[in-house]
Amino acid sequence: MAHHAAPGSLSFSRRVARLRRRATFDRVSFLAVFLVVPVALFVIFELSPMVQALYYGMTNWRGFSATMDFVGFRNYVQMFSDTKFLISMRNSALLVVVVPTITLVLSFAIAAVVTTGGRSIGRVEGLKGGGIHRVVSFFPYTVPAIVVGLIWAQVYDPSRGLLNGVLKAIGFKQFQGFAWIGQVSTAMPSSMFVIVWSFVGFYTVLFVAAIKGIPAETYEAARIDGAGRFRTAIAITLPQIADTVRTAYIYLGLAAIDAFVYMQALNPQGGPDFSTLTMSQNLYMEAFKGGNFGYATAIGVVLAAVTMAYAGVIFVVFRLLRGKDDGMRAS
Amino acid sequence: MSHRRTQTTRGDTFIATLSHVLLTIWTIVVIAPFLWTILSSLKTTKEILSNPFGLPGQLHWENYANAWNGAGIGRFFFNTVVVVGCSVLLVMVLGAMLAYVLARFKFLGNKLIYNIMLIAMMFPIFLAIVPLFFILQNMKLLNTLPGLIVVYVTFALPFTMFFLYSFFRQLPHDIYEAATVDGAGEWRTFFSVMLPMASPGMASVAIMNFVGLWNQYLLPVVLNSKKENNVLSQAMAGFASKAGYAVDFGSLFAAAVITVLPVFAVYVLFQRQLQGSVTQGTFR
Repeated sequence: MAHHAAPGSLSFSRRVARLRRRATFDRVSFLAVFLVVPVALFVIFELSPMVQALYYGMTNWRGFSATMDFVGFRNYVQMFSDTKFLISMRNSALLVVVVPTITLVLSFAIAAVVTTGGRSIGRVEGLKGGGIHRVVSFFPYTVPAIVVGLIWAQVYDPSRGLLNGVLKAIGFKQFQGFAWIGQVSTAMPSSMFVIVWSFVGFYTVLFVAAIKGIPAETYEAARIDGAGRFRTAIAITLPQIADTVRTAYIYLGLAAIDAFVYMQALNPQGGPDFSTLTMSQNLYMEAFKGGNFGYATAIGVVLAAVTMAYAGVIFVVFRLLRGKDDGMRAS
Repeated sequence: MSHRRTQTTRGDTFIATLSHVLLTIWTIVVIAPFLWTILSSLKTTKEILSNPFGLPGQLHWENYANAWNGAGIGRFFFNTVVVVGCSVLLVMVLGAMLAYVLARFKFLGNKLIYNIMLIAMMFPIFLAIVPLFFILQNMKLLNTLPGLIVVYVTFALPFTMFFLYSFFRQLPHDIYEAATVDGAGEWRTFFSVMLPMASPGMASVAIMNFVGLWNQYLLPVVLNSKKENNVLSQAMAGFASKAGYAVDFGSLFAAAVITVLPVFAVYVLFQRQLQGSVTQGTFR
């Protein structure tokens, strides 16, 4: 357990190292507390339940009874004939494709306008007075997701909701009493909108920061070449912040696969005909309403696998895009 | 030349106007639900039902009193402050300690711990939630505030460690050596030299942990279902699901405002750190 000394002042470092290498009480107690306590917590309450999940997922465990049989992969086979599970999987897949894409397109558009959408002559700069939009659109990120969901459940209310009130006021009479999250055709899009709404500001801030890190000369060169705002945003800005976009895609995807809190607030039972039921909600119901702990745990394993697969796909896609990009630049 | 210049400027004006219009629409979409919530929190249920968009006849501040006392939001608020306060404090201490040891000491398993935590951060809590429920039950920690605190600390730990790791990495070695030569032990060196130097990073992570844990919903719903131990987020959900029948919409909106206020205050006070930290450690 030698500490790594900086190269350079060798004799000095060696003296320090010698001072340190002795297993004094100070040192032993220090490492015991600093390393063992946090790692123990992590192992007991995070790592071990994750590992145990693999085992419980292969049992027919119903919780409080002592009987628990090992059933191998039967739970996983059962999922394929479980309509509710299949619907929830389709819904989660839909969420993970749509939500990150729309959110990031919107965030990137706002970020690009706020940072580089200003005058087309002279120095490249942001839109005048654009900062206020950035600050305001960050607000939803600070609001607890459950409250976001509850507020929107009220906004979508057919009779006393804000949305139908506004629509009526501007002349769309046909929306009177329209149940946005109460019917199959609009429940999912309306729910998706809520999630997008709550994340756009956060990713705008993230992109603004990344764009500000791009050297100004890059933009000046593009401007001299005659690239307009849109071209500049797509051909210059986007590739320069590709790493940030990739990370954002992954985090948003994870949030969209989960989506638990929003959906619980909007439609706790999974919506009309389960049209907004997510895998996470399905797991929660199976476990803590139905007592099917073995089966629910197996769903958790599938959820984790889907999550990892998603992250993997994003990594590969961005690597391929990057590779193509490099190839073009080289030629 | 001058002709071209005016044309470009006219184009600029058009695009600037268009951008402003679009951005303003989005800003309104963002802010309208909040304003409506605040407005509704000051109306009677009758007013909300008969005229959801009108101004209140008079300001019904009693909605806040009703939510605070009648619906018990006061108690849940107190629970949340205790749980989140203790959790943030503990996770900052433990996370800083772990990050420091992993970043500055070489030993067998160092990289392994770091990498496992990094990977665990990617996995959904849903994977762990059922076994975790029974682990807490066996330890008699289920439905208790200490149990919830321990779980909060654990699940915030990898993120905290990961973020602070880079901070401790950057601290110069000379200072550590100087402290050693001056006779400071490992404990002293950490608490009176290293920790203060990492305080900018500590502040950012503490704020992010506060916001994240204040907003946490799944963990308390599953692991802390005893009514009197509820935290705000789960109490809000319970309140709202009841609101369909026994309706006090004014108080419901007031409760929403009460839940949002602390996080919002933190955001306004620490805007710079929060937005700065978004860009530093976590998302690179």
